[in-house]
Amino acid sequence: MANEQSNSANPNVDLKYRRKKNAEEMKQQVITFVMMIFFTVISFVAVAMEDFSHWFIKPVILLLAVIQVIFQLYYFMHMKHKGHGTIALFLFSGLAVGLITVLTFLTIVWL
Amino acid sequence: MHADEKFTDATWPASPEKATLEGKNKYLGFWLFLGGETVLFASLFATYLALKDKVPNGEAALAKDLFELPLTFVATMLLLTSSLTSVYAMYHMKNNHFKQMQAWLVITIALGFGFLGLEIYEFNHYVHKFHHTFTSSAFGSAFYTLVGFHGGHVAFGLMWFISLMVRNARRGLNLYNAPKFYIASLYWHFIDVVWVFIFTVVYLMGMVG
Repeated sequence: MANEQSNSANPNVDLKYRRKKNAEEMKQQVITFVMMIFFTVISFVAVAMEDFSHWFIKPVILLLAVIQVIFQLYYFMHMKHKGHGTIALFLFSGLAVGLITVLTFLTIVWL
Repeated sequence: MHADEKFTDATWPASPEKATLEGKNKYLGFWLFLGGETVLFASLFATYLALKDKVPNGEAALAKDLFELPLTFVATMLLLTSSLTSVYAMYHMKNNHFKQMQAWLVITIALGFGFLGLEIYEFNHYVHKFHHTFTSSAFGSAFYTLVGFHGGHVAFGLMWFISLMVRNARRGLNLYNAPKFYIASLYWHFIDVVWVFIFTVVYLMGMVG
């Protein structure tokens, strides 16, 4: 099996580098998390204020949700790393079918 | 490289979840499953959006009568934080720190139970105070199916984490169980992805009207 840590003759040098890289990625993840919390708070505050028209507020909170989900997928679920092409195909196919379903139900179902 | 081989910090692969063929295949297969889950939840969202506030008479509670922001906010914070703590667990998994990984998973599980407790309280409140039940209206059926399915996923995710931790408590980390922990945490993130849409589409948009 190809192993990424065998770049160096001295595994300890490599280990130090990998630890640093992991720590840096973890820092990015925490920043991602802070932004996700920030977007969530904006959404809740916008709704709690009750000042805006729903024509304005609904698209805004939906947009914030989409941004948050992109963070979650690409950072927390590592889709930004290389080798995620097939995975993106699976997910976006599911999303395409799903969005068409939502669109259909919203336009042809009424009671 | 055998799956049950013992590793030192220096020999532990950089991406242990994908270091074996089995791990790679599991990873790919799990994302195929998540693609299917996306379709499942999208159809439940579609049903909910089509049947929202479709109640038989004027006395039945509507979305804006039922939902309360503080409860949803606390539940959201619990689940979002549990997503970060499971990232911490995977960070320690990649550094071959088994004990720290277990500790962060315990925190993740605790937050998950907190979320589930709030959801049970919420459903109980709706049923007893508003007589908003699964069979009271089309709105009720759609609401409990969507939110309940998500809650079911949370319960399943918790059982998944707990069984993994119990089964591997004395084994430590190796290439046999690293993909298992990793995939359970992917599932946990996906639960969070779905919740982001639930709190936005069901609760926040429900309160706006």
